[in-house]
Amino acid sequence: MTDIQSQEQLQKTCLHDEHVALQAKMSPFAGFMMPIQYSSITLEHQAVRQAVGMFDVSHMGEIFVEGPEAEAFINHIFTNEIRGFEPGKVLYGMMCYPDGGVVDDLLVYREFLPDHFLLVVNAANIDKDFAWIQEQVKGFNCKVRNESPAWGQIAVQGPEAEKVVVDVLGYPEAATLAFYTFCDVQYAGKRLILSRTGYTGEDGFELYTTPENTVEIWKRLLAAGVQPCGLGCRDTLRFEAGLPLYGDELSPEISPVMAGLGMFCKYEKDFIGKEALLAQKAGELEKKLVGIEIEDKAIPRAGYPVETLEGEEVGVVTTGYHSISLDKSICFALVGKAYAALETPLQVRIRKKTFPGKVVKKRFYQTNYKK
Amino acid sequence: MSKILAGLKYSESHEWVKVEGNVAVVGVSDFAQKEMGDITYVDMPEVDDEVTAGEEFGALESVKASSDLISPVSGTVVAVNEELEDAPEKVNEDAFENWIIKVEMSDPSELDKLLDAEAYKALIGE
Repeated sequence: MTDIQSQEQLQKTCLHDEHVALQAKMSPFAGFMMPIQYSSITLEHQAVRQAVGMFDVSHMGEIFVEGPEAEAFINHIFTNEIRGFEPGKVLYGMMCYPDGGVVDDLLVYREFLPDHFLLVVNAANIDKDFAWIQEQVKGFNCKVRNESPAWGQIAVQGPEAEKVVVDVLGYPEAATLAFYTFCDVQYAGKRLILSRTGYTGEDGFELYTTPENTVEIWKRLLAAGVQPCGLGCRDTLRFEAGLPLYGDELSPEISPVMAGLGMFCKYEKDFIGKEALLAQKAGELEKKLVGIEIEDKAIPRAGYPVETLEGEEVGVVTTGYHSISLDKSICFALVGKAYAALETPLQVRIRKKTFPGKVVKKRFYQTNYKK
Repeated sequence: MSKILAGLKYSESHEWVKVEGNVAVVGVSDFAQKEMGDITYVDMPEVDDEVTAGEEFGALESVKASSDLISPVSGTVVAVNEELEDAPEKVNEDAFENWIIKVEMSDPSELDKLLDAEAYKALIGE
């Protein structure tokens, strides 16, 4: 009975009826009932790598910040540097706690109106993030609004994404956008944020608009033959591209420095968590996130122990798959920093057996972004 | 609708058993392969390993998840389907044709505890 009760409390995205009509396999994720797969994870993964696929990512959170001190405020809570970054640009980074642990990783959009910003945050963290932001904003002259329920979002991803957005949806602007930039367009008289971003390692777009428009756009893309893709392949795609998932590779316990994402932290400015991250960078770091490739088809899953070849436990797997694009068993693992150098021999314990492997680069798959 | 073969025995954990004399041929049901999705790896025991009814003897891995294989009978492994080492997807193609292990049974009366095709059909609710 508890399962049924908890399912009733799950939120549904604006595309829920479309997923049910497509007979998607649905599962709870981040407080939402979400499609895991429509046909097969492998087929959907290949569609994105080789052609184009679309994802319902309406569960993501949209938090707007505006006011004379909006820039100063965001720069105070965000690890990356937003000063000097122009309207129409998107920046990735984290919000950290004072101890360097991560509140969330997010995208910051500098809007075309002066002093207006959009923060796009993980679905599972919307309430926590908004509470954190409201707490930190005290003393800054700006307003914050959580508009998450008012926005739907579709990610159109893959080498043919541009063609689909231009030809099927009729936005020639899409062709002129560089990766990590966006423009404002209209759909049925309502705002649509057309953003050249994604979470797959391929070129692609994320379209933010009203729930009603989101449903219309989904139906048009489906009619045009775009493959619907579930969260199953979203995870395999982002993993191969070396992209972290909050909760697995970033968390209150896993800092950006531990996760190897120090390039998104700018120390020439002040931000919450800076001192702790600097100390970690300077050597107070015990663990590091690495990639490991093992010499077998067995799959290293989250939580499996990582050992030296002598059997000493030195870490744990955070995400692992038999990579669809590379046909190799690979994983991210958090290991003692003495074991983090490339080519270090390590083994993963999978059920009763151990499988030898070695540390490799975390970006397993060569990404294909439009520069 | 999942395929269910009459004349086989089934476990509640979705393995099937085909009895050939004193040997139990063990695989997973069509329902189980559909639930798993694309199977990418079959973790199997070795010949001469002992297996125990109700205990894990290996695992199926799909892209997303891993699921233990539970032995429906006790005994000694006399064969493993080595074809699945290189082609685990065969379980998706035909779960009944592509058996996983063969077990020389130490206690064939354990078969009586398994479900027949009709009871298994009721279990999966199709």
